[in-house]
Amino acid sequence: MDLQSIIDTLELEVITQPKDFAGMFPTSGYTSDLLSCAMAGARKDGVWITLQSHDNIVAVAALLDLAAIIITEDARPEESTVARANSKNITLLCTSQPTFSIVGKLWEMGLRSE
Amino acid sequence: MESFRADLHLHTVLSPCAEIEMLPSLIIAEAVERGIRLIAVTDHNATGNVIAVQKAAEGSGLIVIPGMELQTREEVHVLCLFDTLEQAQAFQAMVDPLLPDIANNPDYFGFQLVVDSEGKIEREETRLLLTSADISIEKALEATNRLGGILIPAHVNRKAFGLIEMLGFVPENMHIEALEISHHVTPEQAYQLYPQIEGYPLIQNGDAHQLADILGATTYKIEKPTIAEIRLALNNQDGRTFSIG
Repeated sequence: MDLQSIIDTLELEVITQPKDFAGMFPTSGYTSDLLSCAMAGARKDGVWITLQSHDNIVAVAALLDLAAIIITEDARPEESTVARANSKNITLLCTSQPTFSIVGKLWEMGLRSE
Repeated sequence: MESFRADLHLHTVLSPCAEIEMLPSLIIAEAVERGIRLIAVTDHNATGNVIAVQKAAEGSGLIVIPGMELQTREEVHVLCLFDTLEQAQAFQAMVDPLLPDIANNPDYFGFQLVVDSEGKIEREETRLLLTSADISIEKALEATNRLGGILIPAHVNRKAFGLIEMLGFVPENMHIEALEISHHVTPEQAYQLYPQIEGYPLIQNGDAHQLADILGATTYKIEKPTIAEIRLALNNQDGRTFSIG
């Protein structure tokens, strides 16, 4: 499945620069709010679901080359974090839905942890 | 230069997780017996017992730094230390409205008691202090510095509420002067386990929740016991130094 259909189905708000999301195909999902765990557990080209909106999430995504971060429960990153994400070509997606719902819907769409 | 054996992280009975023995006079007696000259009172999101410990210390020669162990929005614990009670109280006034209004359950978490210098209960803090204040670690640093204090991330290597676990590494836009590591690891081990903290001065404190944990593990060689002098020591400037052990 492509990232655009994930954005549409889950009604996610794109807060970074638009990209050709229809041409991006996330291969896995990972969820944790502990950045040290995300650094160890998330996979390249995966999506990471977290309610942590701290600036350091951008560095984790850049380090692992993630397809996108889905930030849940209305946790809004600072403007400076969005700017940093744009400069590193990282996609940030926001939602008011809880992590549990987002993960459940992604699983229904066929996304798995590996 | 004078040598100050110090423990800059300890809890009183205002922290629900602290033992009931963490009363002003007992803390002072324990610290003095261990040759400690400088302590900081750092309750969770609270400064209410600083004044009682300061009063209890009068005449003992022990210096009591007002402080707080703040829990930030990212669930990171940071020590915020100040020179004066007024600065700590101003910090408290900033933190108070940022704490969620959740009632403490003393049966589960323990009592949160504000006491006088003799340990007499003045009031019970009914709002749960073991929560996150709605402030980022960056904003907490700004607020601490603005008031003339110093912010030191606490027990950064701990799985619960440690900066490394929660945030992975020290945010690169933050000017952090030192990190506290728990006393379960040596600085050498910490640098080896967590290469991302290379270059940060490391201090150790007891994080005492009971009297036996008051350690005095770090000694500062400074002119006088002020935040400015401690800051110099952490940065190894102007002949001020610190050492562990």
